[in-house]
Amino acid sequence: MKRVYVNEEWCLGCHLCEYNCAFANSGLKDMADALKGKNIFPRIHVEGDEKISYAVSCRHCEDPLCIKSCIAGAISKVDGIVTVDRSKCVGCMTCILVCPYGALALGEEGTMQKCELCAKNSCGEPACVTGCPNKAIVFEDRG
Amino acid sequence: MNEYVIIGNSIAAVGCVEGIRKYDKEGKITILSKENHKVYARPLISYYLEKKTDLQRINYRSGSFYEDEKVELLLGESAAKIDTASKKVLTDSGKEIPYTKVCVATGSSPFVPPMEGLENVEKKFSFMTIDDSLELEKTIDKTSRVLIVGAGLIGLKCAEGIKDLAGSITVCDLADRVLSSILDAECAAFVQKGLEANGIEFFLSDSVAKFEANKAYMKSGKEVDFDVLVLAIGVRANISLIKDIGGETNRGIVINEKSETSIPDVYAAGDCAEGFDSSIGAKRVLALLPNAYMQGHAAGVNMAGGEEVFDKAIPMNSIGFFGTHIMTAGTYEGEMIEEKDDVTLKRFFVKDNKLVGYMLINDVGRAGIYTSLVREKVSLDTVDFELLKKVATTFAFSKENRGKKFGGVV
Amino acid sequence: MSIQYIYPEFEVIRNENRCIACRVCERQCANEVHSYNEDKKVMISDESKCVNCQRCVSLCPTRALKIVKSDCTLRENANWQNDTIKEIYKQAGSGAVLLSSMGNPKSFPVYWDKILINASQVTNPPIDPLREPMETKVFLGKKPDVIQRDENGNIKCEMPPQIELSMPVMFSAMSYGSISYNAHASLARAATELGILYNTGEGGLHEDFYVYGPNTIVQVASGRFGVHEDYLSAGAAIEIKMGQGAKPGIGGHLPGAKIVGDVSKTRMIPEGSDAISPAPHHDIYSIEDLRQLVFSLKEATEYKKPVIVKVAAVHNIAAIASGIARSGADIIAIDGFRGGTGAAPTRIRDNVGIPIELALAAVDQRLRDEGIRNNVSLVVGGSIRSASDVIKAIALGADACYIATAALLALGCHLCRTCQSGKCNWGIATQRPDLVKRLNPDIGSERLVNLMNAWRHEIKELMGGMGINSIEALRGNRLMLRGVGLNEKELEILGISHAGE
Repeated sequence: MKRVYVNEEWCLGCHLCEYNCAFANSGLKDMADALKGKNIFPRIHVEGDEKISYAVSCRHCEDPLCIKSCIAGAISKVDGIVTVDRSKCVGCMTCILVCPYGALALGEEGTMQKCELCAKNSCGEPACVTGCPNKAIVFEDRG
Repeated sequence: MNEYVIIGNSIAAVGCVEGIRKYDKEGKITILSKENHKVYARPLISYYLEKKTDLQRINYRSGSFYEDEKVELLLGESAAKIDTASKKVLTDSGKEIPYTKVCVATGSSPFVPPMEGLENVEKKFSFMTIDDSLELEKTIDKTSRVLIVGAGLIGLKCAEGIKDLAGSITVCDLADRVLSSILDAECAAFVQKGLEANGIEFFLSDSVAKFEANKAYMKSGKEVDFDVLVLAIGVRANISLIKDIGGETNRGIVINEKSETSIPDVYAAGDCAEGFDSSIGAKRVLALLPNAYMQGHAAGVNMAGGEEVFDKAIPMNSIGFFGTHIMTAGTYEGEMIEEKDDVTLKRFFVKDNKLVGYMLINDVGRAGIYTSLVREKVSLDTVDFELLKKVATTFAFSKENRGKKFGGVV
Repeated sequence: MSIQYIYPEFEVIRNENRCIACRVCERQCANEVHSYNEDKKVMISDESKCVNCQRCVSLCPTRALKIVKSDCTLRENANWQNDTIKEIYKQAGSGAVLLSSMGNPKSFPVYWDKILINASQVTNPPIDPLREPMETKVFLGKKPDVIQRDENGNIKCEMPPQIELSMPVMFSAMSYGSISYNAHASLARAATELGILYNTGEGGLHEDFYVYGPNTIVQVASGRFGVHEDYLSAGAAIEIKMGQGAKPGIGGHLPGAKIVGDVSKTRMIPEGSDAISPAPHHDIYSIEDLRQLVFSLKEATEYKKPVIVKVAAVHNIAAIASGIARSGADIIAIDGFRGGTGAAPTRIRDNVGIPIELALAAVDQRLRDEGIRNNVSLVVGGSIRSASDVIKAIALGADACYIATAALLALGCHLCRTCQSGKCNWGIATQRPDLVKRLNPDIGSERLVNLMNAWRHEIKELMGGMGINSIEALRGNRLMLRGVGLNEKELEILGISHAGE
C-alpha cells in the first residue's frame, strides 16, 4: 500500500507540509480563508533542528497500538488507513500515550486527528506530498 | 468447526473476537454478556454524563459488529460454571454451550468493604457500568450533594462527569492524595488543585466511620451531608469461574503471555486476568483498557491456532480532569529527573540507564515516544535524552534509528 | 555611513489579505528579508536586502507576495542612467571594483533576434517530424577531409576521437565551487540520461561524479585546479579554458569562503584559500605553446580524448580560431560576451568581448576560407536561450551549442545576478549546506531533461519546416537565415541576406 515517506536529506524545514495539511483538511477552497489569523492543527509536523529536519505523520502501522488502545473504539483501519471517527472521540489522548511516533494530536475541536492520507478530503494524493517543494515527502508503495 | 465461547462482552471480548477472526473466519463464536448492552466503551460512562458522548456513539464497535464477525451474542446471560470435562460452559439460565476454546473476560466488580450504616443510605451507586451512569443521571439534579468515596481514577472521573449535573461534590479517600495509584505527592497536589478550582471538595487521609441516610461521619470527626453516595473504593477481579474449578488464581486469573490459564483450552483476558507486567518483571492485574484489548487479542489468536505473545504490558494511563491532563507510565523507581514550570510538570524515572517510568501533567503531547522508550526498554545511550526531557521528539533518536522507524530512507 | 545613497531596488509587496504568516518566506530567504513580528502577528520585510531571486514568491502558498521594481526615481537622463549613478555611489562608498554575476545585461543588440529562419513551401516540401525520422545526433571532433584507403584499397575507418551527442547542445562549464554539489549532480545525471555532455568547469571533478565520466568534459584552466591524471582520463573530452565570454582577459575567481570541504578537496587546494586563476596560462604565450598543452593532454590520455580549446569571443576571434584549428585541438568552443559567470568585475562583464553571432559567422567563414574547417568542430555559447537560437547557430556554422544560463534557469535560477554573495536561495550558486539541499537532483535533473527534450522537439519542428532532416544538413546552411533590421556590414559578417532578398 502507498504510504507517506520522508527523506531528511531533502527536507528544507520550510513547514509548508503543515500548512498544506491544515488547508487540505479545512474543507475550504481558499488557503488564506482557511488559515489566516488561525492557529493551525496540521496532521504532519516537521521535526529536527536548523540543520536536519523531516516531517512526521502517521505510519499507518501494520499493528497499530492506537487502535488497540482507543478507549472509545473511535480508531479503526479503513482500507489500510488508520482512521479516527471524530464523532466518537472524547479527547482522552490514550492514543497519544501509546503512539511511538507521536503522530496523533488534538484538533481544534478537542478531538483527535491524524493523517488519513487525504483519503477523506478532496486532495486525492496527500497534500503534504504534492506541496513539498523538494520531494522530501513522497507517497510510495514500499511493500 | 471450532466453537469459541467468550464469557464477558467488553473490550477483552472484542479483542478476542478480532484475534480469532484473523485466523478463523468460520468458527462459531458465542459471547455471554451479563450486561444487557452491546459492547460499549466502558471508560466513557463519565463522558456520557458530560454529554461528550451518547448512547449511540458510546458503542465500542459499529452496530453490525456481531453480524460482521459472525458472533452469537447472548445478552443478559452469565456463566455459572466451566465444565472442563465435557467442555461446556453452563449458564445461569441453564444453557449448556459447548466449546473448543473458551476465554474468560469477566472483568471486575466494585469492591465495597463493610461500612457501618451503609444500608441506611438510599441513593448509593457504583460507577462501573453504563447502567450505573444512567441511574446516576436520573437521580442527580442541581440540588444534589454528592459524596464520592474514593479519589482514584473511577471516583474522580465520576466527579468530573457529574460536575454540571450536581449541586456539590465531595470526595474522600483514605489515601493522603488523589490518584494515589499513579501519582506521587507533588503531582497529586498539582492535580488536586485543578479539581478544587472546579469546586470539588476533598477529605483526604480520611474515611467514613459511619453512615446515616444523608450523612457521613468521618473518622477525623468531620461530618458530610449528602444526598447521593458513589462508592468508588476499588475493584476486584472476577475470578470465581476459574478459581471454582481449581485453576490458578491470585488477585486475578493467572495467565501466561499467550493469555492461557492453567487449564487447557481456557484463556482469560482483561481486568479479570493477572498477566505479565514487563515494567516490574512479574505478573499482576493491570486493569487498563489497552491491556484488556491486547490480552484479549492474544487470547483470540492463540485460541484460533495462531501464535501471538503479548509480553509488553506496562501500566500506563492517560486521564484528564477539567482541562488538566495527566499521563503516566511504567514504574517510579531510580533517579527522578524533573522539568516543570507554572502549568506543567514532567517527572522522568531513569534506572539502569533506561527510562522506566514517567508522570506528565499538562505537557503530554507525543508522550507515546516516551512510552515506547519504557515499553521497549531502550538504552538511553542510543537517544538524546537531554532533548527528550524538554520535548518528546523522534529527533532524539539516531539517524539510523529514525530511518528504521520511518521505513527506509529518512 | 548614515546617508543611504541607494534606495532599495525592489519592493516586497505583501497582500495582507492573503498572508497567513506561515513564515515560509522567512525560512527560505538567506538574505533575511522577511521576519515575523510576534507582537503584531504579521510578517514584515526589509527590502534593502532583497535581491529579487523570487524564492519567497515561488514558495508562498497563498501567493501573497510579489517583488516589484521600486519606482523611487533618481533624476535619470539618457546619459546618466539609474544603474550608472548607483554604481558611482557604490564605488564612492566602497572604493572597490564592482562585481556582478551572470551575463552582460546591457542593451547591446541580440543578433539571434534579428535573424529569421526559412520554411519550405510548395517545392522541397517540409518534413513532419512526427511522421518521419529526423536526426539530431552530432559528432564533434576532427573530421578527415578525404576518404583514405590502405594499400589493399580498403577504406581507413580510424577516426580521430569524437564526441557523440544525441542533440547539438551541451551544458557548458560551471565549476564545482561556483555551483553546488547538487547542481553538478543534476547536470551530470541529466547529461547522462540525455546522451549529451556536461562540463566540470575549472574546479575539478568530485569523486562521486566519476561515474558520469562518459558524459563529462573535464576542464583544464589556468589555475589547474583539480587536474590530475585520473581526472583527465575520467571524461569524454578535455577542455582547455583560455577565456570566458563574461570576463575575457581574466581568470576565474572563487573566494576562499566557498573553498570548503569537498570543494577544497576536489580543487586540491587548502580550505579557505582563494582560488584565483591567473589571467593567462603561464605556459601559453603563442599558438605553439597552446599546441604543446594540447598534445601534452592528448599524450596523457593516449590520444583517446578530443581536446577542446575554449576562448572568449573577442575582436580578432577569427584569426585566433584559425590558430587554434592548427594547434591540434579537435574542437573550438567560443564563448560570446553575454555568457554567464558566478562573479566578474562589472566593467569587464559589461564592456569586453563581442557578440557570439558575429564571432561564430566570422570564425566559420575564416576556417572555410582557409580550408581547415574540418580540422575542428565549433561549439558556441554565450547566451543560447532557446531551440531557435540553436538552429540559428547551427545554420551560421556551429556544430553544437553550449548552454549554461538556460540550464541554471531550469534548475530554478531566477537570474537575480548575485551569485557572488554565495547565498543562492535556490541551492545553485552556494556552498552553504542548508541552501545546497534545496536543490534535489531528482528534481533538478528531471527539469533539465525536460528542457532538453522540449528543445529537441522544437529543433525537429524547425528543421522539418525547412525540409531538412538532419543537423548535418543544416550546419553552415546560411541560406536558411535572413536578417531583419541589420545593416550591410552586419549582414556581410553574418554571411546572410536581408529578409526579402
